[in-house]
Amino acid sequence: MAKRYSNEHEWAILDGEVASIGLSAYAVEQLGDITFVELPEIGAEADKDDSIAFIESVKAASDIYTPVGGEVVEVNEELEDKPELLNEAAETTWVFKLKVSDASEFETLMDEAGYKTYIETL
Amino acid sequence: MPYTPHTAQDVQKMLDIIGIKEESNLFDAIPQELRAKSFNLDEGLSEFEVFDNFAALANQNDTSKVSFLGGGYYDHVIPTAIDALSTRSEFYTAYTPYQAEASQGTLQALYEFQSMICELTGMEATNASMYDGGTAMAEAALMAIRIGRKRKKIIIDSGVNPIYIKIVKTYLAYHDLEVIVLHVKSDGSDKETLLDMIDDSIAGYIFQNPNFFGSIEDYSDIVKALHEVKALAIMSSYPIALGILQSAKDVDADIFCGDGQSLGNYLGFGGPSFGILACKEKYIRNLPGRIVGITDDAEGRRSYVLTLQAREQHIRRDKATSNICSNQNLMALRATIFMSLIGKEGFVKLSNQNYNNSSYLKDELSKVDGVSIYNQNPTFNEFVIELPISSTDFINKMEDKNFFAGLKLDALYENFENRVLVSATEKRTKAQIDEFVACVKEIV
Repeated sequence: MAKRYSNEHEWAILDGEVASIGLSAYAVEQLGDITFVELPEIGAEADKDDSIAFIESVKAASDIYTPVGGEVVEVNEELEDKPELLNEAAETTWVFKLKVSDASEFETLMDEAGYKTYIETL
Repeated sequence: MPYTPHTAQDVQKMLDIIGIKEESNLFDAIPQELRAKSFNLDEGLSEFEVFDNFAALANQNDTSKVSFLGGGYYDHVIPTAIDALSTRSEFYTAYTPYQAEASQGTLQALYEFQSMICELTGMEATNASMYDGGTAMAEAALMAIRIGRKRKKIIIDSGVNPIYIKIVKTYLAYHDLEVIVLHVKSDGSDKETLLDMIDDSIAGYIFQNPNFFGSIEDYSDIVKALHEVKALAIMSSYPIALGILQSAKDVDADIFCGDGQSLGNYLGFGGPSFGILACKEKYIRNLPGRIVGITDDAEGRRSYVLTLQAREQHIRRDKATSNICSNQNLMALRATIFMSLIGKEGFVKLSNQNYNNSSYLKDELSKVDGVSIYNQNPTFNEFVIELPISSTDFINKMEDKNFFAGLKLDALYENFENRVLVSATEKRTKAQIDEFVACVKEIV
C-alpha cells in the first residue's frame, strides 16, 4: 500500500495488518539534528493520534503521534544508539510498527501529493 | 543586602509611564468582592526597630546545649572557610542561575558538585541538587515509575526515614500508584517478606542504609532479586557514611537519593538543606532537575552549560520529568566547598571518626544498668537505646543537664515508648560523651 501522511508529520505504510510508522523528511528538517528518540513499549496499545513516542533534537522536543491505532509489535532499537539515522533517511527509517486495529483509518490520512500540498501551506 | 524603598516621586514616575492614576488601578482587573479587605499587617518599623525585634527573637534560641540528636540531620563540624567562600558576592545567592550560561562560575561550581556527588555515591549521573532528602526520594520513586512504564508499585523498606515516607506518599498521592510500606519488625529489613513481594509488577524498592534506626545491612542480594524482575533499586544514604560504607555502585543500586545537610550545611531549624539524586547513566533522561554539562564555545574555550533540557518543563511542558526547575544552589555550593576542603582521604577519616565516637558511646551506654541497645545489626553513627523510663521523661531530664539527648521514637512509631535514637558525630569529644553517659547513669 502507498505511503500515507498525517497532519502531525508522521508517515505510515501498511503491509498486511502491520503498519510501519516514521517521520516525514519535512518534520525532521524542522527539528534539526535529532539527539534522542524515546521508543514506545512493545505490546502497548494506542488509539489513532495518541502520543506514544518522543523525539528530541538540538532545537526542540516533541511527541510522536501514531497516525493509526493498534498494538505496538516492533520498535526500531537501532535509533536508541543512532538517532541521527532519522536525519540521514527520514522517509525510509521506521520508528515503530503497529498491528493495526482499524485499517479504514488510513483513509483519513493524506497521500504524498496531498501532504506536499499541505506542507506548502505551513 | 540594603533595602532600597521607592520614593513617592519614583512611584509617580512609574505610574505616569504606564499611564495609570494610582497604584490601586493595577488591581482593577480583580473584582471588588474578591479583593482582601485587610492583610492584618502591623505598622511598618524603622530599620533600628527591625534589628531589635529580630535580636530579641534570636535570643530565644538555645544554642548552649550539646546535641546527640540525629535521625536525618546531624551536628557536624563546619569549617569556617565554607562561610567565607560561599558568601562571596560572586556566589552568594540562594537561587539557581536564570541566565544560566552567563554565570560560568556558578555553573562550574555546580559541575564540580556533580562530579563529587558521582564519586561519593558511585553513580554515573546526577543533577545540580534537589530541595532535600525527602523530596529527592519522592523524585526517585517517580523516576522508577517512569522507567517501569506500566509498573505501578513502589515498595518502601521499614528502615526508611518515616518523614521521607510521608513526603513520598504525599508526592505520589495523586498518581495512580500503590506505595507499600513494610512494617517495622526489628531494627533491620524484613528481607523474607520483601523477597516474597518482588515480582514484575514492582517498579522500584526504596531502602536506606544505614537505616533510620542506624543499622547497617548488605542489600546486594535484594538488589539482585529486583534486577531479575527488572525492578529498580533505590538507595538512600547519609553522605558521611559513604566514606566507609558500601556506595550505591557497590550494591548495584540504580538510583541514589539522600540529604546533603551533613556536607557543610547548618542545622538551623531543619534547614535549609539540599537533596541528592543520582543514577546510572542509562536513566539520565528520566532524572529531573538541572544538569550542568561541559562543552567548548565557538572559540574552542571550555564552557559550562545546562544540558539535556528537553527533560524540563520549559521545553517538555506537561511531559517534563518533574515540576522542579530549580536547585538548592547555595547549599550545594557549600557542600562542594566542604568536600573540596575535606578531600578524599579526609572523607574516610571523617566517616571513621563518626563510627568510632558513636561506637564508644554505644559501648559505654550498654554498660549502664537498665539501658540496652535495640539494634541487632552493626551501626554507623547512631543507634537506638531502650530505657527503663519513658523517653519523654529521659529527654526532659537530659535537657536539664544541658543535652539534646536524642530523638524520641514514640512520636514516629507505635510501641516505641522507651526508645530513643542517639547519635554521636565527629564533633562530640570524649569528655562530652563521658559526661553524657554519667548523666544517663544518674537519670535511669
